[in-house]
Amino acid sequence: MTDQNTADGLERDPYVLNHPQTLPFWRAAAEGRLLLPRCRACARAHWYPRPFCPLCQSVDVEWEEASGKGVVYSFSIMRRAETPYCVALVTLDEGPTLMTNLIVGTSSPPSIGQRVKVAFIASPQGRRLPVFRPDDESP
Amino acid sequence: MTIKGKAFVAGAFEHPTRLAPDKSTAELHAESARGALADAGLSFADVDGFFCARDAPGINASWMVDFLNLKLRHIDTTDTGGCSYLIHVAHAAEAIAADKCSVALITLAGRPRSEGMATGTTTRFGEPDLPNAPFEIGSRPTIATLYGMMAARHMHEYGTTSQQMAWVRVAASHHAQHNPNAMFRDVVTVSDVLASPLIADPLRRLDCCVISDGGGAIIVVKPEIARSLARPLVRVVGCGETIRTQSAGYPDLTRTGAEVSGPRAFEESGVAPADIKYASIYDNFTIMVLAQIEDLGFCPKGQGGTFVSDGNLISGVGRLPFNTDGGGLCNNHPSNRGGMTKLIEAVRQLRGEAHAKVQVPNCDLALASGPGGVIGLGHAHSTVILERI
Repeated sequence: MTDQNTADGLERDPYVLNHPQTLPFWRAAAEGRLLLPRCRACARAHWYPRPFCPLCQSVDVEWEEASGKGVVYSFSIMRRAETPYCVALVTLDEGPTLMTNLIVGTSSPPSIGQRVKVAFIASPQGRRLPVFRPDDESP
Repeated sequence: MTIKGKAFVAGAFEHPTRLAPDKSTAELHAESARGALADAGLSFADVDGFFCARDAPGINASWMVDFLNLKLRHIDTTDTGGCSYLIHVAHAAEAIAADKCSVALITLAGRPRSEGMATGTTTRFGEPDLPNAPFEIGSRPTIATLYGMMAARHMHEYGTTSQQMAWVRVAASHHAQHNPNAMFRDVVTVSDVLASPLIADPLRRLDCCVISDGGGAIIVVKPEIARSLARPLVRVVGCGETIRTQSAGYPDLTRTGAEVSGPRAFEESGVAPADIKYASIYDNFTIMVLAQIEDLGFCPKGQGGTFVSDGNLISGVGRLPFNTDGGGLCNNHPSNRGGMTKLIEAVRQLRGEAHAKVQVPNCDLALASGPGGVIGLGHAHSTVILERI
């Protein structure tokens, strides 16, 4: 295995290896882009990504680039951790709600309905994960 | 076809241990089974149907069946997490109605306390082959944060308060003081709950259930056998089961599978929520009791906070006596699965064998209901309605 083959770290990530059809999502995430699966039959986006549309069962699904913006549906701060962290559900402007982390300072706690935008952080396994920060530009 | 009246709960046993470092999980299953059979007045030789879930050691039922040396003609290993045992009662009734077995043994046991398990505060269910794991496990959801998000959303949509959620714990503690086996027997107040440390906002320590070792077992039999035994007659009159999904990215975190399992069980039994004298409601977290009470139809959606307040769940005080053993919040939560203990206390109430201080007078109709798996990750739900005749 050469460095070239593992340049983006995805080839060793068990979460990617177990789901090869999700590779386009992780390649885009490595470039800082959030992809969403959208159904060409019913026009709806879904989450988490499947290679078919779980809303209408069509197999005509394609990746589209999302705005990366949304609102906080709910959140909870895990206090029983070495460093407390915020787990959240964010509803994207495109419709679906995804589970993520909110990156927020302790001085400014999040709120339900708050506008947020995507950022990407590295996971311990290699793939980059979408997280969200407050979106100050669109209150 | 209906299972109404086709099967009876003849035996029930809650293992008294809450900490069992000196016993194997298999042994706890065996002791629970022995206790339930003795309660019914039956023996292992009478058992011809066995029901267990993933808490049983082994990758399927074969290990427990071999350990107990059972001679069977029916096996069911349905696993839906904590509500598996509620579903097992339904499936046992179906099997008995179809003459697939006559005496069904259902067991549960586990030792998360001895094994030092941080059940709700570490990330679980993250195996790489799970289809949601690549996209969800990286955010390190724990059970407590998932129910925390449920509580936060319920508060946002309906104005539910931490004080109202605290009343669920207060009621459970009032019941647990009379249970010598309960892990927490001290009566607590709303202020005590609100003064306990935050675990996963807005949930505090006393909003969360206990972690305990233990087990339990239920015996379901055909009517002729029930009538031959020297025990009160408790029959299965209605059951419902479902799995509620995340709706492919369009979830409603304030609603539970009780919206499906409850109406189905009420329809089959021919009774309404107002007819229920006692309710066992799986209480992994206070918010989950409040939401299930709404979804089962005991009050309109969004009014659970008002309903559970001011002692309305306390036996002898309120309209809906619940979890009179102290529930998962104060008494017992063996194997991190609450369905079995919910059934056992419902049977005690129907037989008039609950503690005198919490026994509901003339308790002839009871409900046991609860989730399995985790809200926000897709969860199962089951409701069982039992009647004393």
